[in-house]
Amino acid sequence: MADQNSTSDRDFESVLTSSDTSVAEFEDSHRGVVGTLQHVLHGNPTLVPVIVLVVAVLAFGLIAGDRFFTPFNLTLIMQQVSIIGILAAAQSLVIITAGIDLSVAAIMVLMSVISGKLAVELGVPAPLALLIGFAGGIGAGYMNGLLITKVKLPPFITTLGTWNIFFALNLWLSGAQSIRGQDIDATAPLLKFFGLSFTIGSARVTYGVLLMIVIFLVLWYVLNKTAWGRHVYMIGDDKEAAELAGIRTDRTLRQVYMLAGFICALAAWASIGRVGSISPQSFYEGNLESITAVVIGGISLFGGRGSIMGALFGALIVGVFQSGLRLAGVDVLWQVFAIGWLIIIAVAVDQWIRKVSA
Amino acid sequence: MRPWGDEAPFFDTFWEEDMTKTFKALMMGGAAALAMTGAAHADAHGDAITACLITKTDTNPFFVKMREGATEAAEAAGINLQTYAGAIDGDVESQVAAVETCIAAGASGILITPSDSRALAPVIGQAREAGLLVIALDTPFEPADTADATFATDNFEAGRLIGAWAAATLGDAAADARIGLLDLNPSEVSVDYLRDQGFLTGFGIDVMDPTDIGDETDERIVGNDVTNGNEEGGRTAMENLLQIDPSINVVYTINEPAAAGAYAALQAFGLQDQALIVSVDGGCAGVRDVAAGVIGATSMQFPLRMASLGIEAIAQYAEDGSLPENSEGLDFFNTGVMLVTDSPVEGIESITSEEALELCWG
Repeated sequence: MADQNSTSDRDFESVLTSSDTSVAEFEDSHRGVVGTLQHVLHGNPTLVPVIVLVVAVLAFGLIAGDRFFTPFNLTLIMQQVSIIGILAAAQSLVIITAGIDLSVAAIMVLMSVISGKLAVELGVPAPLALLIGFAGGIGAGYMNGLLITKVKLPPFITTLGTWNIFFALNLWLSGAQSIRGQDIDATAPLLKFFGLSFTIGSARVTYGVLLMIVIFLVLWYVLNKTAWGRHVYMIGDDKEAAELAGIRTDRTLRQVYMLAGFICALAAWASIGRVGSISPQSFYEGNLESITAVVIGGISLFGGRGSIMGALFGALIVGVFQSGLRLAGVDVLWQVFAIGWLIIIAVAVDQWIRKVSA
Repeated sequence: MRPWGDEAPFFDTFWEEDMTKTFKALMMGGAAALAMTGAAHADAHGDAITACLITKTDTNPFFVKMREGATEAAEAAGINLQTYAGAIDGDVESQVAAVETCIAAGASGILITPSDSRALAPVIGQAREAGLLVIALDTPFEPADTADATFATDNFEAGRLIGAWAAATLGDAAADARIGLLDLNPSEVSVDYLRDQGFLTGFGIDVMDPTDIGDETDERIVGNDVTNGNEEGGRTAMENLLQIDPSINVVYTINEPAAAGAYAALQAFGLQDQALIVSVDGGCAGVRDVAAGVIGATSMQFPLRMASLGIEAIAQYAEDGSLPENSEGLDFFNTGVMLVTDSPVEGIESITSEEALELCWG
């Protein structure tokens, strides 16, 4: 087809400038404002969480006053959501394949305990202890992937099982005892690297926050600009079609779970810096919090749709609500209440957008 | 209540017809084990008494110490001790099964840290009807008279001690203190409000309703937040309170992991020298934090003593049927609490972190 927008030297084509230049498109004259909105959101699923985030920040700026709307507090919120944010990145990968990973936080805590035990108590050099943690995270993800693709167990059941297994191993290895921050400082300060920070004006950014942002940017690139990433989306959208198109779906799925496991191991390193010590009792519900961030971020639990960036915004929305309600003096139980409604509204909006018709 | 020995043949005949060989062999093994339990019980009527210890989990160092105390006391008294634990805190089913097993085993008494203060009431009722002495350790039932007795830390007193210590340490400055309170979770369970309200009482603040956290109107209180009793929660909660008022100089924490998290937050804000952190528990990591100056003072509890006193009570009950009595003015038996600090104040008995390291659990 000739490009209708281009002009030409030839005379007989000169009249084209006055003709209709639009490409063939669906009739949408019957759509109202709501229908148009529905269409726009269908094309840009990340738009909803971005709008909610901006509105929430502005609203809490008004309600909670000056203490909320400072660079210091806004960067503090980023620190507070950084660990759940990284877990949400891993969770997004899995959810895009129409799976779910209930073991993310358990993998993270187990790997932080393993690295900590090795480096602080057994005198293993810190970089080696961290590498063993990474390998453990990948191995844990491989176990999930193997059970799902070879034994053909549903992801929910598989990771429900491994969540318990990894949690029990964590309690056994740690004896449910924390490794104290002072002991880490003395023997393996590298473990707390992601707790270090730099300041820009009154804003304070930890390396953990940077890690979270880098993970999201890299995953966004991989998912959108590489063949592997498109395969991941296609498997989530329609696994059979993906198979018929020649994608090795089982192998790709295993890789997804391994990558998720590796990201959890990175979260383990970051969590030591964030918490200041290695705590086997922390993040017990981190798996649910990561799913919350993903869902609020507009990634469809049915798979194949949603941008990974949504999970970052989802995590930030939760953080903004918690901080804002806290600073406005609202009791903790109402924070829980608000997050509950956010989840339900987010999924309802997702369902509504999915109903879009031409 | 009959020993298992009687029931073993019943299982045998019942299953004989359609069992595979392997399964049958397994059942036979099981029956043999049951018969042995029965034999042990037969002994019990001679000299040894059987007692059960059922804890929330068997990984938490607090319960590990408890089992240690029970085992030592049982050996000393010549009691046959059986121990059970749930998989995680809140695992009620495992505890119900354990109580049933203890009834069937013909135990004289059960020591239990209930994972759920209310849900276990029916099975505990069965145990008491069967003639067992039931003692709640550490966590009281609701209502407390579900069990024959409760052996526990006086959590209100534990809070009161650290509150009084903080007020005495500040001296005149206590009148303008800025207080942050780091509690457990939104459920406001008894241990949570008892420690919190005890602390405020010790500090000299009107607590209004003593079962309600956060209804106080004293202007020295900056706010409350929840920690889930771990480091991560402690850090986030402390950050939130510092955002409300960065001049906080007294921090109450529900337990020592939460205190460690609060310290990490203060450190990140560069305010670690401004605030006095107080806590409750007496875990070894917490005692080391007292030694390191992270925690100013903590109230130590004695899980080992809870369990050993419990075993002694069961021995006494098996001997002459007498029930343990509550401490004066309380609806439970107080197993004691001790203030641990390296900066003692006048009028409050305390031990140093060095002495506490000998006594701590975990």
